[in-house]
Amino acid sequence: MSSDFYRELILDYYRNPRNFGKLDPHDIDAKDLNPLCGDEVEMQVKVSPDKDKIEEIRFVGKGCAISQASASMLTELAKGKPLEWVRSLSRDDITKMLGTSDLGPARIKCAMLSVKVLKTGVYGYLGDKYDEPE
Amino acid sequence: MLEPTKTVDVEKVRGDFPILRRTFDGKRLVYLDNAATTQKPKAVIDSLVDYYSRYNANIHRGVHQLSIEATEAHEAARKKVARFLNAGSHREVVFTRGTTESINLVRFAWGPAAVKEGDVVLLTLMEHHSNIVPWQQLAKERGARIEYVPLTPDGRLDMGEFERLLGLSPALVAFTQCSNVLGTINDAERLCSMARSAGAVTVVDGAQSAPHMAVDVRRIGCDFFAVSGHKMLGPTGIGALYGRRELLDSMGPFQTGGDMIKEVHVDGARWNDVPYKFEAGTTNIADAVGFGAAIDYLASVGMDRVRRHEVELLRYSFEKLSAIPALTVYGPADPESRGGVISFNLADIHPHDMASILDAEGVAIRSGHHCAQPLMDHLGVPGTSRASFYIYNSYDDVDAFIAALLKAKKVFSV
Repeated sequence: MSSDFYRELILDYYRNPRNFGKLDPHDIDAKDLNPLCGDEVEMQVKVSPDKDKIEEIRFVGKGCAISQASASMLTELAKGKPLEWVRSLSRDDITKMLGTSDLGPARIKCAMLSVKVLKTGVYGYLGDKYDEPE
Repeated sequence: MLEPTKTVDVEKVRGDFPILRRTFDGKRLVYLDNAATTQKPKAVIDSLVDYYSRYNANIHRGVHQLSIEATEAHEAARKKVARFLNAGSHREVVFTRGTTESINLVRFAWGPAAVKEGDVVLLTLMEHHSNIVPWQQLAKERGARIEYVPLTPDGRLDMGEFERLLGLSPALVAFTQCSNVLGTINDAERLCSMARSAGAVTVVDGAQSAPHMAVDVRRIGCDFFAVSGHKMLGPTGIGALYGRRELLDSMGPFQTGGDMIKEVHVDGARWNDVPYKFEAGTTNIADAVGFGAAIDYLASVGMDRVRRHEVELLRYSFEKLSAIPALTVYGPADPESRGGVISFNLADIHPHDMASILDAEGVAIRSGHHCAQPLMDHLGVPGTSRASFYIYNSYDDVDAFIAALLKAKKVFSV
């Protein structure tokens, strides 16, 4: 496996995370951790008055560069998007967002933790339950 | 090329391990994850193939030739383990799936009858989860309380606190002989002697010590000692529990069913003699034979030489590592008082990022909490990166490790 995915972009978001912190008041609060790595991500979302868009979103967390950069970049990507958009978020979207394609099976979980957290929160808000695909 | 240490002929040893011939994008495998599991010499692999090819059969009650041969090989392996640990007799050696199951055997077969409400179970802050969680469960079930021996700043047991906690007259003292994170080698003989004087039964986690140094359970004076085969060149799924005969005899069974009984009637059963009382069902025969082959291999090298070799590698590594600023190495600084395990963090590089970058250089290390979260909390870190040695590691491996470390340092600009 190559380690080329440690691009400057990822390291920049790791060291200077955008949208880091708690959001109050919020409508959605979801948190999860990757027991394998100990990565932790919590996301809080304020939903728009018409209850269908992500108006504000912030995150807190700790862990590896991949997991934390992914969470931070996802908050930027998600802001202003319809809640339904979250359902369509795929692995490809995340690798594209991170600007990488070769994370490998061991590290893709780190990148996808933030997606899992956001989906869990939004699905719950919409009255659904999110089950992570295998 | 590979420079043999004064103690082990590394080049010759490496030739015995087929997996070490693997390359990754042209880079040779530098395997430094030995505290997690070790690689297997051809002799061990062959012993499994030989078992399944020539004399596979169920053991103990078979009258036919194959069963006799399988039984003999299985029991010969038990005797090898007994000799390796210097147990008083092969009857003091129970085959298990590994250290975790060995400790769980004590927890279930000894624990409930021996630990009462209000009793104290004494552990240490450097234990692996496998020597914490079973006792937490037992304590919850029995209404007992767990206390932890704290650590000194350089990662040793605080002996003053240990002595004070023994004043609580714990029913059980369980500790590791060698920390899988800090590398700290505890003076098991002294700890057991003090615990015994306080009236406690002792469980020693030998998962990280038995593979790397000569162990003598009778000199240590412990009541129980747990090991894993796969951490000492053997197959996965096999390990052993040493138990003092008198205790094993007095204990009830672990799991129940076939083979662990003397006789069964509609209204009850009588247990088999030790150690068979603790080995219900068809056991892991092939891997027990492989475990025996691993012990033969280690005996041919000599455990004192294994230990010396790792001390040399540690000394060499520490010399190189001390030149890297912003690097934190955990545990005692003196190679003589620690096992061949180096846990570290470098600036703000998360251990998983470190392991990924090293992996790209063909260097296999482990990263994370190493199943020792209470210790991570104590150290105030989410995890560490960990390189760990064995007999097939060379100075070249250390150099490759250091070079990869410097690459990570460059990638992260620290």
